[in-house]
Amino acid sequence: MELIFERSRPGRAARAQAPRGAPPAADDIPQRFRRRRRAPLPECSEPDVVRHYTRLSQRNFSIDTHFYPLGSCTMKHNPRAANRLAMLPGFLARHPLAPEDMSQGFLACLWELQEMLKEVTGMAAVSLTPAAGAQGEFAGVAMIRAYHRERGETERTEILVPDAAHGTNPATATMCGFTVREIPTDAEGDIDLAALREAVGPRTAGLMLTNPSTLGVFERRITEIAAIVHEAGGLLYYDGANLNAILGKVRPGDMGFDVVHVNLHKTFATPHGGGGPGAGPVGVSERLEPYLPVPMVAEEGGEYRWVTEAERPRTIGRLSAFAGNAGVLLRAYVYMRLLGREGMARVADHATLNANYLLARLREAGFTPAYPNRRASHEFIITLRREAKELGVTAMDFAKRLLDHGFHAPTTYFPLLVPECFLIEPTETESPETLDAFVEAMRAILEEARTRPEVVRTAPHTLPVRRLDEVRAARELDLVWRPQEGEAGGGAPASGDRERLGA
Amino acid sequence: MPFVPHTEDDVRRMLEAIGVDDVEALFDEIPEEIRLRRPLELPEALSEAEVTRLMMDRAERDGRPVCFAGAGAYDHHVPAAVWEIATRGELYTAYTPYQAEASQGTLQLLYEFQTMIAGLMAMEVANASLYDGASALAEAVLMAVRAGRRGGGRRVLLPRTVHPAYRRTVETIVSPQGIELVEIDYDRRRGVIDPGALPEAPEGLAALVVQQPNHFGCLEEADALTDWAHRHGALVIGVANPVAAAVLAPPGEWGEAGADIAAGEGQPLGVPLSSGGPYFGFLCARKRLVRQMPGRIVGRTVDAEGRTAYTLTLQAREQHIRRSKATSNICTNQGLMVTAATIHMALLGPDGLERVALASHARARELRAALAAVPGVEPLFPETPFFHEFPLRLPLPARDLLRALGAQNVLGGVPLAGDYPELGESLLVCATETRTPEDIAAYARHLERIVARQGLFRCPTRPGGGG
Amino acid sequence: MSDVPEDLRYTRTHEWVRADEDGLLTVGITDHAQEQLGDLVFVELPEVGRHCEADEACMVVESVKAASDVYSPVAGEVVEVNEVLADSPELINKDPYGEGWMIRIRPDDPKALESLMDAEAYRELIEEA
Repeated sequence: MELIFERSRPGRAARAQAPRGAPPAADDIPQRFRRRRRAPLPECSEPDVVRHYTRLSQRNFSIDTHFYPLGSCTMKHNPRAANRLAMLPGFLARHPLAPEDMSQGFLACLWELQEMLKEVTGMAAVSLTPAAGAQGEFAGVAMIRAYHRERGETERTEILVPDAAHGTNPATATMCGFTVREIPTDAEGDIDLAALREAVGPRTAGLMLTNPSTLGVFERRITEIAAIVHEAGGLLYYDGANLNAILGKVRPGDMGFDVVHVNLHKTFATPHGGGGPGAGPVGVSERLEPYLPVPMVAEEGGEYRWVTEAERPRTIGRLSAFAGNAGVLLRAYVYMRLLGREGMARVADHATLNANYLLARLREAGFTPAYPNRRASHEFIITLRREAKELGVTAMDFAKRLLDHGFHAPTTYFPLLVPECFLIEPTETESPETLDAFVEAMRAILEEARTRPEVVRTAPHTLPVRRLDEVRAARELDLVWRPQEGEAGGGAPASGDRERLGA
Repeated sequence: MPFVPHTEDDVRRMLEAIGVDDVEALFDEIPEEIRLRRPLELPEALSEAEVTRLMMDRAERDGRPVCFAGAGAYDHHVPAAVWEIATRGELYTAYTPYQAEASQGTLQLLYEFQTMIAGLMAMEVANASLYDGASALAEAVLMAVRAGRRGGGRRVLLPRTVHPAYRRTVETIVSPQGIELVEIDYDRRRGVIDPGALPEAPEGLAALVVQQPNHFGCLEEADALTDWAHRHGALVIGVANPVAAAVLAPPGEWGEAGADIAAGEGQPLGVPLSSGGPYFGFLCARKRLVRQMPGRIVGRTVDAEGRTAYTLTLQAREQHIRRSKATSNICTNQGLMVTAATIHMALLGPDGLERVALASHARARELRAALAAVPGVEPLFPETPFFHEFPLRLPLPARDLLRALGAQNVLGGVPLAGDYPELGESLLVCATETRTPEDIAAYARHLERIVARQGLFRCPTRPGGGG
Repeated sequence: MSDVPEDLRYTRTHEWVRADEDGLLTVGITDHAQEQLGDLVFVELPEVGRHCEADEACMVVESVKAASDVYSPVAGEVVEVNEVLADSPELINKDPYGEGWMIRIRPDDPKALESLMDAEAYRELIEEA
């Protein structure tokens, strides 16, 4: 599809959207401060723009249009009420630095969300400010660092991470100044306890863990793991990516974790927006409470106020200019109020039911579970190693062919531990009919892989584009569009004086 | 329960297929001693109608004051089409575009965004967004230090004219990596970086940060500062307001060679104030620095049939591949806000964005003249060119003034004394194109009455010092 | 089957080393390694003059889906790097033992080479995997 820049025509504009009348001169701004060449933005009418971006939207898969069983991403239905209510004019118009007496309605939502997240995670205190899971991880590991430093234990320079962990875990540890040590996983998908025992010691700052793990199984010896790490003087970090599996069943705080982050854009149904925004609130046990990132919200006698650096001298500090992704927090708040006490626990019931059902059906269809002796959590892994070896059709090929069947592909090639893997997470909001249709598609692709493997290997066939040349994308970087000679849109001199005076 | 489709019959049939008697059996791998054997202490579920009522009450309770506050979040008009399209389910409920063939909409849109923001900043490359302006600056600092790694420079000059919350965010994010942040003081009379405060023989210098317009709304001598930093082997990180950049020289045009990295807050491009987020941070750079960039980057390529297609590229920099050696831990970004900003820029175009910038500046000039006419109220840096906000010295505590203005449905600005105690009682005030002459006149009228009522206009609350 | 020239020495991490007549060592990654990585899109090389320890990660090769550290097989000073790889990383795919060489090292210990695997041992290693 053509680019918006290719629709551009000099002098065309969406006039109603800009201020009326001749632009005032800004003659008080000396020329040395002025832009030399006009911004190379497209010149289009509103109908042009509306049609262009509407058409672009139609070149996407989304939860609204497709089953989207991406493991570890919890692509559940995004309730429309949450969106509409977070976008009420009063909330949208509120300036982030408005005084507290003009912010009580907003702050009430945030404070109640903090309280609800404390209860759901079993932690002593919560800060909502991290903007996404990875920023929550940063906050959490930075708190672990602050804790050890304040106790003078600066030799604790190592963060332990299971080899199946999300990439954000080791990346976060590095950002926080730690070195990373990987702990292997045993054949049943649990952490190798002997290796863990050997790894912990006076250099251990903490262990980062997802539970259920990225392998789609619950880490059964979690209390033992917690004891090993704590006895060595380390702290336990809970990556909340998979919290959906255990809502109301078991809480990170009760498992022995000292700090957790929660992905509101996964467990609490806020939209992913094609890559974001998310929100990654952090919860902590009492000993880490002083280090929570600011701002937080406090309540006294029905009045709400911000808690900032001024009254929290040991905080790790601020993570964004204001208070994080407030609009995402409001959406999660609405979702939690709609679900309430009973609904929250039933999320885990239905997510787990769907995952185990889908696993059973896929098994029946001839696919191989990576951990056949284990119960699925809210997600599970199948390995297509045999299909790859015998039929020459890889997990990637299956994934691309699924797109032709109208299903978004599961997570592929993660975790790296399992060869040719699909990490499948159906979520609680999908009906059994959808899951059955997915199984039928998988069955059909398997049959096709046997009879016409070339069709699978060259899929997709029905999408706007076929497989991409990613090598070319990386070798011949083309990251911004440049007009060809003689085309429109290429940076005419800015209005006003064409020449800039010297500095 | 809401949003779950299963009927009782479905559940029975599914349990049978799994081979268990009840749902509880599916949790049998969780050790009993840690199970939660009580209901969560949460409120009862509400119906959609009830939640709607609750949220409407709360949104209305906070009122909708006429906004003269800026300080990093600006009340510009957002064309109706922007969010009409951005909240289409296909954009709103899509995931990160890892399956390129099923995500060409989002991917092309991000490529268009990268083109627009890089063009606006006069830079060569851009990423697909970071969380917000403050964390984008932190990533820019890390990037600059990485780029100069071999030289060993780990000092970054972070002037006090940079947004205070940005400076604190940078400190939180970069300090674990042993980067030294050095404050540079400002000229008390002019409200811009004091050239005399720059180190004479800077050693181990990785970068200089320059915010334009700066936190006071004043225009920094960006050309001279850029050339100074480059002479001393340091990179220049420009923090720019993207609306102002339609009129002001963007970082890429500063000095002889231009800044090396441009970072900033994208909110003024089509994102409502919404209590501070979600907004989005942008990050642009020279092409030679592209491998040091954090975050997602979209590239244009071709598909198996030679058709133009878009994909995430340079992913080997990122956490899901590079793990502990990644450029950053960022994964989820602010894609939807970028979607809105792209549509916003496409609607306004170069002419529209310039009009918004010029009109904002004109309103701010009118506002400053009107407020400065109130006895006892003075602009702090009257000689320095400014864009669309400016600080005022007040003859009464800023907090009292804001409260009194609030009662008149006016959000009068943002107090500065907390971060700049040397300025005394002062207020950072902003006007965008959405403030009308009537709004401005009303603000001046209220201010005059409040000041007069306090009887304070003859006795300023702080000692003099220029103005 | 990957090409494993007889006249080179090898490491467990899939680097090859050639002893040149001038006493320097030329280092690259093996044919097996480039096959595993797939099409390379970027190569990061050390600066000339840098001293690398044995087994120190001092280079990186990237494909679209993976990034791999490349280790210095012996301790020594980097005296030359293959600048052409900056623009043409695919040379490693096309000619890993020739035009795709990565660095030349002056070894601290001229005998360090002897501790590395010969072609036969390396062939066994990759057959096991």
